[in-house]
Amino acid sequence: MTSEEWQIVWFTAWVSALSTLVILPFGLALAWELARRDWPGKSIVETFVSLPLVMPPVATGLILLKLFGRRGTIGGFLHGRLNFDVIFTWRAVLLALSVMSLPLLVRSARVAFEEVNPRLEQIARTLGAGNWRVFFTITVPLAARGIIAGMILAFARALGEFGATIMVAGNIHGKTSTLSLTIFQDVQLGQDTNAFRLLGVSVVLAFAAVWFSEFLLRRKIKTR
Amino acid sequence: MSLLLKNISLPLEPFTLGVDVEIHSLVTAVFGPSGAGKTSLLDLIAGLRRAQSAFIQLDDRVLTDTTAGFFVPTHQRGIGYVPQDLALFPHLSVHQNLLYGCKSGGAANTLFSFDHVIQVLEIQPLISRGVSELSGGEKQRVALARALLASPRLLLLDEPLASLDAPLKAKIIPYLTRIRDEFQIPILCVTHDRLEALALADDIVLLVGGQVLQTGPVLEVFNRPASADVAKFVGVETIQPGTVTIVSDGLAKVSINNATLTTIAPETAACDVFVCIRGEEVILQRDAATGSSVRNHLPARIVALRPEGALVRVELDAGFPLFALVTRPACVELALREGESIIALIKTPAIHLVPR
Repeated sequence: MTSEEWQIVWFTAWVSALSTLVILPFGLALAWELARRDWPGKSIVETFVSLPLVMPPVATGLILLKLFGRRGTIGGFLHGRLNFDVIFTWRAVLLALSVMSLPLLVRSARVAFEEVNPRLEQIARTLGAGNWRVFFTITVPLAARGIIAGMILAFARALGEFGATIMVAGNIHGKTSTLSLTIFQDVQLGQDTNAFRLLGVSVVLAFAAVWFSEFLLRRKIKTR
Repeated sequence: MSLLLKNISLPLEPFTLGVDVEIHSLVTAVFGPSGAGKTSLLDLIAGLRRAQSAFIQLDDRVLTDTTAGFFVPTHQRGIGYVPQDLALFPHLSVHQNLLYGCKSGGAANTLFSFDHVIQVLEIQPLISRGVSELSGGEKQRVALARALLASPRLLLLDEPLASLDAPLKAKIIPYLTRIRDEFQIPILCVTHDRLEALALADDIVLLVGGQVLQTGPVLEVFNRPASADVAKFVGVETIQPGTVTIVSDGLAKVSINNATLTTIAPETAACDVFVCIRGEEVILQRDAATGSSVRNHLPARIVALRPEGALVRVELDAGFPLFALVTRPACVELALREGESIIALIKTPAIHLVPR
């Protein structure tokens, strides 16, 4: 493994983990709103969040590119007012991974929240706990397995993300190259040995992520 | 304590819960068949549900006033709630469950100190266990203790004994009476079991189909139903305070005023009991019976005859008020008239004793 390859592996793992953390507060809040409340437009938001799951990732990437490009609505504002660029930087990778993995987290967490008996939350309230305390001491711990499973899924999805990333971040050496992008490029250039080395790393990363989640879940059961 | 439930209206399926009562006694039973809206009423008081209209006031504190758009959130109400399924937190240990509602710091309310509650409900041996390792009765005690430790000003109990079998019920009732006596905390207890209401409550609110049919002291409601509707739900039964005088060979002598009955000895050592006799278990006979297996022969006077459908409800004075339920033909055959003397026969096992 060259130092450049190590850098790619490190960058991919790091930005995937970061994207999982970035979507966590928003994803949990949204999942809770979907699970516990009824509000107008709920089904539309629900569909919207799940769109990246069903649309071609490249199409999602194209939408993001149009939105966050310097001439896009959001990108134009960020560039013009804050002099802040997203497209073709590591931030674009983070954006693509976040958008692509959000539905997985929201879906898992929502099901997990729905399975928490509302009576437990209500009784916690009669014991003097306000909304935040109920959420963090009753709802989240009881939904922990589903939330962790959702986070692992989101992380794994981010690790392997290709289509949306290449649209918004390109494949810039040392800047936005991720594992998937590099493997694709290596194969394109006929450097199969390089591709296989990175393939091995991908397998190890995926294995570690799944093993770690299993470990957490098993420990969770024991403490009950 | 005073709990005002005024002008309450909550649409439920298939009726609307409509309540307008004032509650003043220490332990009050909300009594009624299942599906009468009892749990919904508790939810309204605890602030877990919002009514279409309601005015709820506990002592001098208004909790809900829909006309003023006023609503105290559940966690600021200081009302303890033990639901039917107990809702112990499965991811926490017994100890953590108990501490969940504990007010940290100021232990001003010594009546509700941790040690005292633990001692009264005998929870010490359970404290380090997980919730799933508890039996039904133990769970019940932990849930009660958890609610008490939040130092509530009112305790709501939803069918506290419904999920327990008969021997366990007999074990939990003393804990409930102990809570009442030790902590002097007002309790509103939902039940569909007459004996439970009798054992625990001073007053009763009879709730049927979302409507309050009668309120008042337990004995009064059970003994003097205000209407035939009420009688249908509380059952026609004589309930009188009595005293166990002699226990021998598994039988007991119980005196009520100047009458004495033979009954099966009660399981507890209680001397003061409520004597319960269902109207259909009382046999009326013109002459003193000879050669009968029935142990209790009470000379009585007929006070009133009240036809109820195919039956006649006979009010008797046997040294204490006693009700008998006989068919119309039997009434005609015996030529029962108000003011006449008669013998009332009651089989020993037909008399139930409830500790008071």
